[in-house]
Amino acid sequence: MTTLLIADGDATAHALTAALQMGSDVHILEPTSPILAESLADAIVALAPAYDAIVAPATSTGKNVLPRVAALLDVMQVSDIIAVVSPDTYRRPTYAGNAIETVQSTDAKKLITVRAAAFAATPTDGIPRVTATVSDGSLSRLVAEMPSETSDRPDLTSARIVVSGGRAFGSKEKFDALLVPLAARLNAAIGASRAAVDAGYAANDLQVGQTGKIVAPDLYIACGISGAIQHLAGMKDSKVIVAINADPAAPIFAVADYGLVGDIFTLLPELTAAL
Amino acid sequence: MKVLVAVKRVVDANFRIRVKADGSGVELDNVKMAMNPFCEIALEEAIRLKEAGTATEIVAVSIGPAKAEDTLRQALAMGADRAILVLHDGKAEPLGIAKTLAAIARTEAPDLMLLGKQAIDDDANQTGQMLAALLGRPQATFASKLEIAGSTARVTREVDGGLQTLEVALPAVVTVDLRLNTPRFVSLPNIIKARAKPLAKTTPADLGVDLTPRLKTLKVEEPPPRKAGIIVNSVGELVDRLRNDAKVL
Repeated sequence: MTTLLIADGDATAHALTAALQMGSDVHILEPTSPILAESLADAIVALAPAYDAIVAPATSTGKNVLPRVAALLDVMQVSDIIAVVSPDTYRRPTYAGNAIETVQSTDAKKLITVRAAAFAATPTDGIPRVTATVSDGSLSRLVAEMPSETSDRPDLTSARIVVSGGRAFGSKEKFDALLVPLAARLNAAIGASRAAVDAGYAANDLQVGQTGKIVAPDLYIACGISGAIQHLAGMKDSKVIVAINADPAAPIFAVADYGLVGDIFTLLPELTAAL
Repeated sequence: MKVLVAVKRVVDANFRIRVKADGSGVELDNVKMAMNPFCEIALEEAIRLKEAGTATEIVAVSIGPAKAEDTLRQALAMGADRAILVLHDGKAEPLGIAKTLAAIARTEAPDLMLLGKQAIDDDANQTGQMLAALLGRPQATFASKLEIAGSTARVTREVDGGLQTLEVALPAVVTVDLRLNTPRFVSLPNIIKARAKPLAKTTPADLGVDLTPRLKTLKVEEPPPRKAGIIVNSVGELVDRLRNDAKVL
């Protein structure tokens, strides 16, 4: 089995682990930016005859491009796999992670996106690279990129520790004032619930959940987050979960290893000072 | 400008599903169903385009069992002008759904196709991208802002590193993200009016589409439960536990 892996940043090394579990022969394609789905998909389709499987990490780029490739090849893609059972059989979460399906692909070619948080990283050194001819798109063009404010915090999806905040902070000022020092002390990434992002306390790319980022750090500290099903879907595979919340009935406590009931405005500065 | 919106009937987002004891699937009997939340956002955006005078007609399409008519009636009550129900019992995968929508798009010739970025049941996040591919048209996924200017759509997308703006030539497929808009509530008079709006029924066979699944579901399981946690009484105890029991600090 020969697999083409579409690279995308840090997630590539995790997707490589899944690709190698499907077969030892893996080639990596590193797309050049700007990445437009239409032209990149055409370039991958041109390479496809030489491959039995095409794999991409389930990043925003992978999720954007790979289904387009799949349809052009008349293949039903398997999205967001969390385990490789055999070269044609995979496990994947559905219903916000509340039902895990084991599915077998009957298509001759396999198209797979990989949940990076579910696989360890394998160094990509020594894996052969392939190049593709990506034409300038005529159907779409990139007008602007507005990256989130760069911070010195580690990347959310690969950080060892994540501190995450919810609606309870009440303002962006409080969110930053309480979470940034705690994250700095722990060298942690900052995450947020959907409510906190909707309210403008945090940037959209910090949202953890079913339709945001999926994380599985060694330690996840959920602060002022009630724990909707959709949020739990993005973090419940973390190794150790801490919940700090004023409401003892909050669903987040059901998945927490350590719960602390109380006011985040007094407990978080105390925690930062104690570390 | 004609807008086609695809809507899916799914288990209500607030309902906690249960996996069947025999591992064959998810228990769907006597479960509260609703329009997929992302489809609602797509439909709301189409209605706002019509209210702004940009769109002239909104066609809502659903593929599913006879009960999916409820979802289409809701779409009509929200503001769609007419609906098409493609009757299909049993499993349908994104590739088959995209082929069905493409067949309808070839007849209807919409200028804009709006879809939710993913359905909250299969969490596949594929159908819009596949539809764009099958029609040979551009795609703009995960939209948090949409502006139509003549024959192009300018779309701001939520991506891993922040935001990105694309310009795509119409006709195009746009899949919507959470922050594009907040869908309206449906009023009772509009529910009554929706009963009189046209709803056409067809089948995959009539459209020449084969919905036979390509994936075999071998097993469906609940995720392994997390072991019960403990409530600590102070920050000091928490730090001690994290250092000495969990050893993560």
